[in-house]
Amino acid sequence: MADLKPEELIARTDFTPPRTGWMDTPTVIREGMFCYAAKPKSVATLGLPYPREWNPLDDDWKLPENWKEIIIEGMKDRLERFRTFKIFMDICVRCGACADKCHFFIGTGDPKNMPVVRAELLRSVYRNEFTKAGKILGKIAGARELTLDVLKEWWYYFFQCSECRRCSVFCPYGIDTAEITMMGRELLNLLGLNIDWIATPVANCYMTGNHMGIQPQAFVDMLDFFADEIEDTTGVRVHPTYNKKGADILFTTPSGDVFGDPGTYTAMGYMILFHYLKVKYGLDVTWSTFNSEGGNFGLFTSNEVMKRLNIKMYAEAKRLGVKWILGGECGHMWRAITQYMDTMNGPADFLEEPVNPITGTKFENAKSTKMVHIVEFTADLIKHNKLELDPSRNDNLKVTFHDSCNPARGMGMLDEPRYVIKKVCKHFYEMPRNCIREQTFCCGSGSGLNASEDMELRLSGGLPRANAVKYVQEKHGVNMLACICAIDRAVLPPLMGYWVPEVDVTGIHELVTNALIIPGEKEKTVNLRGEDILNKDEVGPEEYYTRPDFSGR
Amino acid sequence: MRLNNLLERNKDDIVKQWLFSVIDTYPADTSKFMKMQKDPFANPVGNSISVNLGPLFDELLNEMDYESITSYLYPILRVRAVQPILSTSQSTGFIFLLKKVIRESLKKELSDKDILKELLHFESKIDELTLIAFDVYLKCREKVFEIKANEERNRTFRAFERAGLLTEIPADRPSL
Ligand code: SF4
Ligand code: SF4
Repeated sequence: MADLKPEELIARTDFTPPRTGWMDTPTVIREGMFCYAAKPKSVATLGLPYPREWNPLDDDWKLPENWKEIIIEGMKDRLERFRTFKIFMDICVRCGACADKCHFFIGTGDPKNMPVVRAELLRSVYRNEFTKAGKILGKIAGARELTLDVLKEWWYYFFQCSECRRCSVFCPYGIDTAEITMMGRELLNLLGLNIDWIATPVANCYMTGNHMGIQPQAFVDMLDFFADEIEDTTGVRVHPTYNKKGADILFTTPSGDVFGDPGTYTAMGYMILFHYLKVKYGLDVTWSTFNSEGGNFGLFTSNEVMKRLNIKMYAEAKRLGVKWILGGECGHMWRAITQYMDTMNGPADFLEEPVNPITGTKFENAKSTKMVHIVEFTADLIKHNKLELDPSRNDNLKVTFHDSCNPARGMGMLDEPRYVIKKVCKHFYEMPRNCIREQTFCCGSGSGLNASEDMELRLSGGLPRANAVKYVQEKHGVNMLACICAIDRAVLPPLMGYWVPEVDVTGIHELVTNALIIPGEKEKTVNLRGEDILNKDEVGPEEYYTRPDFSGR
Repeated sequence: MRLNNLLERNKDDIVKQWLFSVIDTYPADTSKFMKMQKDPFANPVGNSISVNLGPLFDELLNEMDYESITSYLYPILRVRAVQPILSTSQSTGFIFLLKKVIRESLKKELSDKDILKELLHFESKIDELTLIAFDVYLKCREKVFEIKANEERNRTFRAFERAGLLTEIPADRPSL
């Protein structure tokens, strides 16, 4: 090293990376780009195969001897069971339309994060094992053998896909790479190769009803505490009911809103809304301490696991004898409901077809699943003038809206959230068109990739989203990013903290109840966060952002 | 100051070559995309490089103001600091690529001894810029670590603490 001449040193800085095609470029597992391996206890709790301690950075992943056989058998079984999987394996023409549409490719700069390549990782093995051309022509036909390196590559890159479906919007054949990732992960799960950030929440959810494994009494404690906070800021005491038999509606939301900031303010928002509807219209909404999770990380594990967790919501609705289920601001819960519930556990015949008892609106789209999204529900209430609102209470906020992938692309909910925000806030600004609605960029942490140890992946994958937020922040002074997903509320604050620290994160129902005039309320001087209801411009941005209680810190 | 005039005159071309060689620090498929895609929202990485190299070059030609330089370096390095596909030296070493670009584009002129002398001086400015880039890169990495460390605490811990669901360990009790 010491003998290097200056030119040689400079030559060394000409780091031209390998110009090999993806198949010939070896995969290196890098720190910051993966989540820790699933703990054996969680895998065992779920009765999934091969629970063991293993480390992705070790050479030896302690695989069962016949691992290859298990994978090929697993592929065969899935190709027979899932028509989409078979079609997606066959019809890609490698046109490349999807290639540059993935936020992970854009942000990480790694070509194996191009959706088409991600799919090829699996498809190459499919060709080798299940097609004639692949068997005969091998590499020329894009086929390759399943080796240990290939398996590791699968693991690395199927856990660098957030199953967001952005790529599918651009594919002329409608190939959904997210579903290929799902299949990839299912196969990996056959060998016990899950990540802990998924396996442990799933095991917790299975045993105690929510991702964090919080017992029913702590759930009640938390909501009671929210009731105290609400009383402090509004002067009104709300009385949530738990597990109430014969209530009109069962409410289910991700536990992230109950246990993590800033989702907690959204949870308070739900509580205030339900109180309002009870006092004004006699609507009876109940929470369940057993079904204390709307999120379904089973979706990121396998079909069977998703099904097991999903049924809990319906079992509880049946037990309590409610008419239908209202779901909170969650992301992938809605993907599971909208796309898979019907064929998984449906139809939920024992519930009523959802009708808003206050407005008479029939939620046709929820006819079969019997589950209504709270933003749709609130939009309907506002549309029929059933909520008394004072949007000026949100005057300190300049809001933009992040379409969470699952409500946007998974269920097509694009306009309702905007409608609600515009009715409760006066200052709303859209991000550029190719970053919102059906083309929305993922937060970078979806599908169970929101662990702290893969922060580099999350921050780089979240760059396209943050970049668009930065644009509206600089152009319009946007200081609040609204979203309708609990994972977003958990992961966007660190993302903003890195790229756009001036912007804070909120759920829509926090904004709604800031504006809601509650019967019997005292004069509001602070919002739910305890911040003065003050125009930011009156205080001056410097002071506003440097205040110790500014939660974007 | 003849070199400065030359650099000034060839600025567009030099910055473009520099930009391409920085983009070429990424794998071929990625750099192809970054060069082609002009929409800043579809290509934020390429965009952050392309809008900031020009002003950085101007700084080299002029006073080298630390504040301005860091303001141009941050957008580039904030990205590179979270891209493990690049090593640390690749992340910051992109500035050195300018040396190569200048030497190649002024090959003929550099046979003039005086200009060559001026180039040596100019290259030490490039070295200085690289050192500033180290500062900035490290700050970005520190931010990543800070975010990693605080995430759990900020999220769950704070909510639990507010709710009084955590009991404080009394100060006189030895920690375990
Ligand atoms: S589903 Fe999303 S994360 Fe996965 S490959 Fe497509 S764009 Fe990328
Ligand atoms: S856009 Fe569709 S057909 Fe084209 S490469 Fe991507 S997945 Fe294949």
